[in-house]
Amino acid sequence: MSTVAIPHDIEPHPMTGMYNGKFGLWLFLASEVMLFGALFSTYVLLRVGAPAGTWPAHGSEILDIPKATFNTLVLIGSSVTMVLAWASLKMNDVAKGRLFLLITFLLAGTFLVVKYFEYRDKFHHHEVFVKEPVLVGGKEYMNVSGHLTEDSPALTRAPRRWAFSIPEYVLIVADGKYAAEGHGESGAEAGADHGHPEPIRIEGSNIHRLTDYGPWHSTFLATYFTLTGLHGLHIVGGMVVIFYLLVASPSMWNGRREKLINRVECTGLYWHFVDLVWIFLFPVFYLL
Amino acid sequence: MSEAHAHDLPFWRKYVFSVDHKVIGIQYTITAMLFLFLGFSLVSIMRYQLAYPGRDIPVIGKLLGGSIVGQTETGYVLTGDGYNALGAMHGTIMIFLGVVPLAVGGFGNFVLPLQLGAPDMAFPKLNMASYWSFFAGGVVMLASFFVKGGAANSGWTSYPPLADIATTGQTMWLFGMVLLITSSLLGSINFIVTTVQVRAKGLSFFRFPFFVWAQLVTSFLLLLAFPPLEAAGVLQLMDRLADTSFFLPSGLVVSGEVQTQISGGGSPLLWQHLFWFLAHPEVYVLILPALGIVGEVIANNTRKPLWGYKSLVFATIFLGFMSFIVWAHHMFMTGMGQTLSTFFQATTMIISVPSVIILTCMIISLWGAAIRYTVPMLFALAFLPMFAIGGLTGLPLGLTTSDIQLHDTYYVIGHFHYVVAPGTLFALFAGVYYWFPKATGRKMSDFLGKLHFWPSFIFINGVFLPMFFIGMAGVLRRQFDQTEQLHGAAVQGLTVMASWSAWLLLISQLPFIFNFFWSIFRGQKVGANPWEATTLEWFAPSPPPHGNFATTPVVYCGPYEYSVPGQKSDFCPQNVALEA
Repeated sequence: MSTVAIPHDIEPHPMTGMYNGKFGLWLFLASEVMLFGALFSTYVLLRVGAPAGTWPAHGSEILDIPKATFNTLVLIGSSVTMVLAWASLKMNDVAKGRLFLLITFLLAGTFLVVKYFEYRDKFHHHEVFVKEPVLVGGKEYMNVSGHLTEDSPALTRAPRRWAFSIPEYVLIVADGKYAAEGHGESGAEAGADHGHPEPIRIEGSNIHRLTDYGPWHSTFLATYFTLTGLHGLHIVGGMVVIFYLLVASPSMWNGRREKLINRVECTGLYWHFVDLVWIFLFPVFYLL
Repeated sequence: MSEAHAHDLPFWRKYVFSVDHKVIGIQYTITAMLFLFLGFSLVSIMRYQLAYPGRDIPVIGKLLGGSIVGQTETGYVLTGDGYNALGAMHGTIMIFLGVVPLAVGGFGNFVLPLQLGAPDMAFPKLNMASYWSFFAGGVVMLASFFVKGGAANSGWTSYPPLADIATTGQTMWLFGMVLLITSSLLGSINFIVTTVQVRAKGLSFFRFPFFVWAQLVTSFLLLLAFPPLEAAGVLQLMDRLADTSFFLPSGLVVSGEVQTQISGGGSPLLWQHLFWFLAHPEVYVLILPALGIVGEVIANNTRKPLWGYKSLVFATIFLGFMSFIVWAHHMFMTGMGQTLSTFFQATTMIISVPSVIILTCMIISLWGAAIRYTVPMLFALAFLPMFAIGGLTGLPLGLTTSDIQLHDTYYVIGHFHYVVAPGTLFALFAGVYYWFPKATGRKMSDFLGKLHFWPSFIFINGVFLPMFFIGMAGVLRRQFDQTEQLHGAAVQGLTVMASWSAWLLLISQLPFIFNFFWSIFRGQKVGANPWEATTLEWFAPSPPPHGNFATTPVVYCGPYEYSVPGQKSDFCPQNVALEA
């Protein structure tokens, strides 16, 4: 397209020690730090200012630590294979380089699949906020969380809203991973301790709000879905680039070898950053 | 080498989806000027409602869409919602689609690589993506006028909770902003890499023309300040589309009803922090390129080096740093507390120091000079006092005691318009007149330029000077009809004066518009260096071909070697060594 030769397109500039693309990528990462920095600040501000009882004391009350731990290992592994891909190309082994790129791609895919199952669980988990207290295991609660039984009437979303329209009644098996304001004990203990597998019936006239564990459930989940969702989009973006490198590498290896190796290096820098964001997301949401 | 190839490219590759920084710069310039004109037109309609509240809009009332005007027995009047939409879109268009794309996208793209002696930007394809992302953002913004409920009407600041529950136009606004932010991001990365890595041999940092420094600092501001707004935009989109409550507090009441179907627990103040973390550095994004242009024009027309070049550079860098820690002076009225207010008052007073240094250097540069009163110089000279008025009237707003009285009044409108309108816009006009011969090989008409300058200078003061008095009388900035209150009715005469000045100012732009298009085809033909300037862009042919320079320039001296004693001419180009 452009026949104009740009200086330092491939060979490093003596002052910065970087070729243009690498310098540009570091600048891009600086802006990404500001983007995620703003979102983490949002998390801090909302958590500090959350009204009593609206923020879970511990992420594990809602989130799935084993799945996330597995995902953490997957991502760290993918960072390692990414470096190996670049190192192999530097050592003139294109077959090995492409193999490592492929493994990185597959690990990224694994991360997304696990994330899908994590997300899906949230949408099959409900919470009912009631007007008059409901008895669960002999104690009164203003909210009950758990899984709706098959006999429970089908739910429909309210027009232009993600919260559900209030049905005639709901049948819910309480697991109560999350307690409402003013109730120190959570419904989970009630349900588990007293071994209540049978569902509780709550009349529609008593229901104040009925929601699944989507982003609209609470500011905690809103922050969780936004941050992990944006991180997921970054993973997808990285996968697109790695896929491109896999497709383009055979011809580029013979024609523009330096350029290819540089592109793999830049992709690697980006990939480590995406990995690093997850290294922050994991403790912040799941462990704190 | 490249010229022959450039001729082979089909029209749409050469002028539409071009990767040449000069074509992209011109695309930015023309698109941004159209948006500036549109933004001005919107406010001209608002000024009618302000001057003559509730009166039928003559002639054009019927042409305006249903979401903006309402029918009366005798004609059409502006509705309250329509007024809000025009106000919000005026601000958005002027800042994000007009001034920034013109100052950074237009002048930055066209001039920066030339001044650096570079063949093109470091990433030509990203550069093209930057323009088309901007273009798409503009289209989304414009399209929002035609959706149900009209365009965004929560002000250019989009404060929640109001913006969270506003009509669809607000969602379009947010999507548009995401595209514009992407455009800025790509542009700023490109500018920084080009400046550092692709500059000509011998062009060390302290040989940069001041314009390059201004663009470099601006790019860092865009790079680091815009992402938090992008974050805020994503959060507001989530609030609007996914029913989250990032900015909605518990127990929110809308139209008398407590909202029970949202989770609550959010913070409206969070938006303001994220928004102003961008929007204060944004002020310097608006002003720094303008200062860069004025610096070039002043040095060239005074035939002297800029006074205190190094002070200018260090003040600009310091300004850039400080602009990140003054944002909450927009929020003194939110009850964020004495401690925070004190901190932000202090930083606000500190940031005025480098601004004053820059302005002082420019004014001292005029001392003892045999000034050439060219059209660009007239605009540059007018810029200095106008920017000074804008800056100095900001001081009372930076201190809580006086801000309590002035906050959200027309005083604020007067203050920032003095910075951006007769300030930045005049500098941008100076830039258009100054670099027009480089882009086209022809000069714009002097006579028409002066016919543009003098009425503009008079009427623009007629618009904004009364606002200080209207504001001190207590009239609020977003008020639909100030005559409803006694204190507003008392200063209605000044509002009428401002409105008439605004319409006359609009008419005063006609000589410019005519001059611009006429001179492209009929302007006086000039050589490569009509202003006898020293910086590198003047040593490429006019207009420069794809690839810019016939031979890669090498730099031997500083940017402003004017009137050096013992030299043959009164200007020594950067690419020519001084005679011993």
